[in-house]
Amino acid sequence: MEELPAADPAPAPVPVSISAPAPTPGSVPVPVPEPEPVPAPVTVPVAPDSGESVIATSALTKRYRGGQLAVDRLDLAVPAGSVFGFLGPNGSGKTTTIRMLMGLIEPTSGTARVLGRPMPGASRAVLPHVGALIEGPALYGFLSGRDNLMRYDAADPTADPRTRRTRVAAALDRVGLTPAAGKKAKAYSLGMKQRLGLAAALLQPRRLLVLDEPTNGLDPQGMREIRALIREVASEGTTVFLSSHLLDEIEQVCTHAAVMAQGRLIAQGAVAELAAGARGRLVVTTPDVGDAARVLKEQGITDVVVEENRVTGEPPGRELADITAALVAAGVRVRGFGLERASLEDAFVALTGEGFDVAG
Amino acid sequence: MSRAEGKASAGSEAPSGGEALAVGPADGTYAGAGVPSTTSTPGKPGAPKTPSPLWTFGLLRSELGVTFRRWRTLALLAVLAAVPVMVGVAVEIETSDGSSIDGGGGGGGGGPVFIAQITSNGLFLVFTALAATLPFFLPMAVGVIAGDAIAGEANAGTLRYLLVSPAGRVRLLLVKYATTMVFCLVATLVVAASALAVGALLFPLGEVTTISGTRIGLAEGLGRAVLIALMVAASLLGLAALGLFVSTLTNSGIAAMATTVGLLITVQILDQIPQLSALQPYFFSHYWLSFADLMRDPVHWDDLLRNLELQALYAAVFGSAAWARFTTRDITA
Repeated sequence: MEELPAADPAPAPVPVSISAPAPTPGSVPVPVPEPEPVPAPVTVPVAPDSGESVIATSALTKRYRGGQLAVDRLDLAVPAGSVFGFLGPNGSGKTTTIRMLMGLIEPTSGTARVLGRPMPGASRAVLPHVGALIEGPALYGFLSGRDNLMRYDAADPTADPRTRRTRVAAALDRVGLTPAAGKKAKAYSLGMKQRLGLAAALLQPRRLLVLDEPTNGLDPQGMREIRALIREVASEGTTVFLSSHLLDEIEQVCTHAAVMAQGRLIAQGAVAELAAGARGRLVVTTPDVGDAARVLKEQGITDVVVEENRVTGEPPGRELADITAALVAAGVRVRGFGLERASLEDAFVALTGEGFDVAG
Repeated sequence: MSRAEGKASAGSEAPSGGEALAVGPADGTYAGAGVPSTTSTPGKPGAPKTPSPLWTFGLLRSELGVTFRRWRTLALLAVLAAVPVMVGVAVEIETSDGSSIDGGGGGGGGGPVFIAQITSNGLFLVFTALAATLPFFLPMAVGVIAGDAIAGEANAGTLRYLLVSPAGRVRLLLVKYATTMVFCLVATLVVAASALAVGALLFPLGEVTTISGTRIGLAEGLGRAVLIALMVAASLLGLAALGLFVSTLTNSGIAAMATTVGLLITVQILDQIPQLSALQPYFFSHYWLSFADLMRDPVHWDDLLRNLELQALYAAVFGSAAWARFTTRDITA
């Protein structure tokens, strides 16, 4: 279960030279795998459409019959080979967008192209190359997990019935459902249903995987497994389009992201760039918050916010050590001092001026 | 039938268009379902997939399997199979003391047509059972299957996954209608087979007296029974199309089933109101009992043909309506 990183190629952490002689054979500090080993953003050259957008929409708009504007002039560009995070609070138009991309909903205006072909017009040609999980899994409760996959595979006219059984078994194995394959789907837990939905999306080699909230309802272990699976699929060259309302999920998995709010696209680009757009905060941890705030202001730091045991502010453009010196000179007792890295959440708040509904 | 498809598709590695067409029509009713997908992915860049046209029947086979393995379908068929048993046993008990149910000609008396002849010939239980189930039991079962066809998938959310698979909306609709047609046939045959078994068990079999009074041999009588079963199955096709159309209107399987069965009852009642006689020839159930004309010698075809025309009209009208609705509808379930 535990995947041990190979001992040699890992860059030895600095303290190794000191601690090396100490441990007895029994207590070798097992190098625990990093909680979420973030690989370098994989940009796999995709032969057929490298450089081209796998998903491209232009002024895509959906107004429901009630007059409600669900998606408002959306211009989305998902680069080939990316893991693209589609981020936004519940009700911001993510699912409507995905349904339009999958040809389930007709746009009111604007165009959507998937794998270079217009949707929904080219559904028949495009969709066999796309695996999708839309708004949670949906299964036939009276069929076993295996039969559910057989049914979805039979629905695809391009799927070879001669390889159906092996492909279904492989997909079940990939999501770890082989032991439960013969059970009726109505007896599945939500996490198992979610995995079976993913298995359905992975029945064939896909060029694009569209996953709408794939970790909903999963426990932390399940979430990690799904994320690992997403990275694995991405490393095979499949573009992954991942919608989520969980910021850290996007930050951990995605190379690119777009942010939606109230049907409109607020930002899109590489995750690193998006996060860099929001600057970090200077944080001083101290019991003497009043004095610290005064000193920071004297040092020309703006947007000083006093919290309990903590003072934060906009980081200055000059040497931070000067500020520590000033704090110490003023007799402020400093427990901690540093820059807090900007997260995607900061970026989101900076972009929308509102908090993020982190439900679940 | 489906097994034959499987073999055909496995046997021919890459059937040419000609071969495929030659195989397709052998499947009779469902040949139409194969047509759209033959054009599915030609010239797709970087796509090594060259689907066999026969693969499209995989969905029909899957649909038939899913439908007939469902507990609900089996329960409906069990109820239908029980009707002839009850009629047969009732007639047997009624006549066991030597009395008879009105010994006169066919169609008389208070019960369903042919009931009087059952004691002398068990084959008449087939006709009686079909006459007893056609007004309500059979169409109700068809209404359940047809009403649930699309709406049930929408309700479970499986519709969106079928469509992104991609099943294709027209293909899915054709497969659903084909499956409902198969159900009409199977349901009718279940009633007929159950009636024949009970009839043979409880009563003597022998020469058949037609409504016209002539006598025909048992073999020809059986032939007529098969024809009647096919006619009854065909009588249900209009309702099946209507149910399928209702099914495309809603995301609730229960609502679609209830609406279809409700329409059935309404039409049956309206068909009894004399003031509506001008409209009645257009009710899908108006000529249902015309199947009795197959028991005349010679067969009286007028109402039978009118019934078939009417069913075809309903299938065309509501099939088109279902197509128009389903191919343009936003799938939000």
